[in-house]
Amino acid sequence: MDMSGEHRIPASIQAVWDALNDPEVLKASIPGCESVDKVSDTEFTAKVTMAVGPVKARFKGQVKLTDIDAPNGYTITGKGSGGAAGFGEGNAKVTLVEEDGETVLSYTAHASVGGKLAQIGQRLIDATAKKMANEFFTGFVSHLEETGIAAPAPEAAAPEAAPSPTKFPQWAALGAVAVAVVLALIWYISG
Amino acid sequence: MEKYGIGQPVRRKEDVRLITGNSHFTDDLNAEGQLHAYFLRSPHAHARIIAIDTTGAKAAPGVVDIFTSTDTEADGLGTLPCLVDLTELDGTPLFKPSRSVLATGTVRLVGEAVAMVVANSLNQAMDAAEKIEVDYQVLPAVVSSVRALEADAPLLWPERGSNVCLHWQNRDRGDVDTIFDGAHKVVAVDLVNNRVVPSPMEPRCALADYDALSGKSTLYAPTQGGHRIQRTMSKAILKIPDGDLRIVSYATGGGFGVRSKLYPELVLTVWASRKLARPVKWRGDRSETFISDIHGRDQINHAELALDADGKALALRIETFLNVGAYLSENGPRIPITAGGRIVGGAYDIPALYFSVHVMFTNTTPTDTYRGAGRPEANYIMERLMEKAAIEMAIDGLEIRRRNFIANHAFPYTTQMGMVVDCGDFAATMDQALDIADWNGFAARRFEAAGQGRLRGIGLGYYLEAAGGRISEEMRVKFEPDGTVTIVAGTFSHGQGHHTVFSQIISETLGVEFDDVNLVQGDTDIIPDGAVGTFGSRTSQMGGVGLVRACAKIIDKGKVIAGHLLQTDAAGVRFQDGEFLSGDSSVSLADVAQAAFDPQRLPDGMDPGLDESYHYERGKDENNYPNGCHICEVEVDPDTGNLEIVAFAAVDDCGKILNPMIVHGQVHGGIAQGVGQALCEHTVYDEVTGQLLTGSYMDYAMPRADQFPPMVVDFNVVPSPLNDLGVKGAGEAGCCGAPSALVLAVLDALKDLGIRHIDMPLTPERVWRTIQDARAAG
Repeated sequence: MDMSGEHRIPASIQAVWDALNDPEVLKASIPGCESVDKVSDTEFTAKVTMAVGPVKARFKGQVKLTDIDAPNGYTITGKGSGGAAGFGEGNAKVTLVEEDGETVLSYTAHASVGGKLAQIGQRLIDATAKKMANEFFTGFVSHLEETGIAAPAPEAAAPEAAPSPTKFPQWAALGAVAVAVVLALIWYISG
Repeated sequence: MEKYGIGQPVRRKEDVRLITGNSHFTDDLNAEGQLHAYFLRSPHAHARIIAIDTTGAKAAPGVVDIFTSTDTEADGLGTLPCLVDLTELDGTPLFKPSRSVLATGTVRLVGEAVAMVVANSLNQAMDAAEKIEVDYQVLPAVVSSVRALEADAPLLWPERGSNVCLHWQNRDRGDVDTIFDGAHKVVAVDLVNNRVVPSPMEPRCALADYDALSGKSTLYAPTQGGHRIQRTMSKAILKIPDGDLRIVSYATGGGFGVRSKLYPELVLTVWASRKLARPVKWRGDRSETFISDIHGRDQINHAELALDADGKALALRIETFLNVGAYLSENGPRIPITAGGRIVGGAYDIPALYFSVHVMFTNTTPTDTYRGAGRPEANYIMERLMEKAAIEMAIDGLEIRRRNFIANHAFPYTTQMGMVVDCGDFAATMDQALDIADWNGFAARRFEAAGQGRLRGIGLGYYLEAAGGRISEEMRVKFEPDGTVTIVAGTFSHGQGHHTVFSQIISETLGVEFDDVNLVQGDTDIIPDGAVGTFGSRTSQMGGVGLVRACAKIIDKGKVIAGHLLQTDAAGVRFQDGEFLSGDSSVSLADVAQAAFDPQRLPDGMDPGLDESYHYERGKDENNYPNGCHICEVEVDPDTGNLEIVAFAAVDDCGKILNPMIVHGQVHGGIAQGVGQALCEHTVYDEVTGQLLTGSYMDYAMPRADQFPPMVVDFNVVPSPLNDLGVKGAGEAGCCGAPSALVLAVLDALKDLGIRHIDMPLTPERVWRTIQDARAAG
């Protein structure tokens, strides 16, 4: 699954970079993030409990950063295991560009799922991942606003083709959980 | 008045029960105090297991125990056997890697069972499985048989040194190559025979009960005959006496070959129940069926036909790559060889054959027998070759077939594989099919469709089948004190309507009322030890003949009793229409059966009862050879690639017909299954990760009733001289003819676009792309 998106954040590039490197900010933006353990400067493990509809699963994941070019971007690789439900893994190249005092954050991401998630969730993975990405950015921006880092601004633009948050069947929810974790991990970094 | 004898279209006894939901499937059964099993499966196609931590999971609510291969190995559980013995030309035997019931060290396919959780409820077992921590080191995977052959392909069995399980050849190719070199014409095809996922109505299920006092286990599970599974599981794996394991099967919702196998989950359910001294139930869900039941087909074939100037075949060369999956299932490696190989060359006279099969390991679910097992693939190759030869040599497609059919006077005909085809009437069978399909009127129909912007095509698939399966079967007929008759069958009906057909045979042979015949099957404690089961289209012959001969023994004993009752010599007693006759006096079979239970009315020394078994054994290589001609007509929408099957006609030679209504049903079902493979069923694995991408009915398309026109079905009966009933198998015939007929119909529809090749399945996307490519190529 490949996806890309672009978000305008009403803050300076340095402020966005710092926020993206602040574990507390990210922890607050990622729904269900329980714990973050630093393995090295560029490697982390995280535990995330995600609930979608009636399904709740706890994912364990590892995150690695490469190509770090502060404050302009990096590549982040994440891997999450959801036990019997399968696993998700992915990577994203993220770039930040300052424009008119705001920061344009763009990303191209590739994620894949395995096991039961791949077997039964294939068809909804794309749409669900985009929905989850949108939720993350909404949370991220509102966190920046609440903490005064960013000026209140129009809602972050949704990634293309984001579906309405309708009720998903159980197996779709499992797919959503895995993808959400991949994305959560992809976006989790720490200075 | 309705007649119930052989050859009558008697309605099935089974159907009211089945269609009113009153049949027992395995999941309908529960044992008091049962535990529930759930299997944690590998999410990776290929990975080393570094560690499995079940500590947290074992502490989860309701968990009774969690087992891994450490436990099964400590108990000395045997491995799952492959029952095939084949050798390469130089005598090298088949490489048979061992397959444990739970993964040991390495997982080789997505869905391989890694741990078994047993808990008080299924939900508790599932929740606990989430807590098992497995540390995998992911290895590269390979899913295609051809890719697996490449030098840099990931190896499934490094000790083997390659992914080739077996390179089987029927002979040195030398002479055959010489014929090809000197031939007037050589045509070649490259074909993909797509992998299919079998879909019995009930996903796999098992309930194991254990009686600690007697040490006896009972396994309730859908099978195609329990004895096969019982013998292997008891002796080779659990290492207990046969008698300590009873297998009982009720309704299965279809077998298709997939239900005849011994699977790890069946062993583990029995083993866990013995270990815990509690009943254990496992109910697989549909997604587990998709990855843990065997798959079917998956061959890549390169085939060439050498012909003389008249279009008569001189020699055939076939190179087959069979994707056998990650492990060898019971019959996996032999599907193209000793299953399909029995009819390689199809209905045609092939004077020389070079046949080579590479059996390849890949990180996929094992493949094995699936309705037709090798014969649909072999027939598809021949029909594609014949049609291509016809086009390239500008000979009419029907004419080239007539020139190559095995002629009636040539029977019994010995094939290049050494099989003896007993009989057939191929040209006449084809003519009969052409007639009911109105082949001659097709040009007008094509013209009319063209006027509406639709491309109409017609295709013909002739097939030869080999039926009979294993060479022995045991059947028992016994009269009950109330006058009814019970058949205790070694065969196992899993949808075929055996109760009906066997009742017809009893009614015809003994004159017993159709409704007074009961069938007992599927219980290894009750059915005889010589029982085999139902697969390979064998029951009409193996069960049917066994039954007729058991009836003959009943009549023989009845004559002795009748002679005693009539105070005459048994040698002078005749049996006719349910009556024993001697001169002017007679006694009915019903009365004889009554007398049989009264020792005082029996001759001295005769055992009471009227109860006879017959163990039928046919000649070792004596198959029967169903065959037939299927004709399909399609209309393709050139703008969307969507195709509609507008007509389907079939004339089959299934030998003597025991019940035409049931055989029609068999033919319909087989056609639907064959069309399913050719039209829409397609199993797709991710080539890099080895993930199954078509793992549910969301992504895996089954054929639907609205895709089928009314089928016109008829028979050309050529009784087999090899068995008492003159029957031939009917169960797998439809699968063998339909794919060729459908694909050739589509190629015929697209021929004006210059399209000469397309692979199954013919999804709208594939047809549309083929049309687009042809148009782009000009």
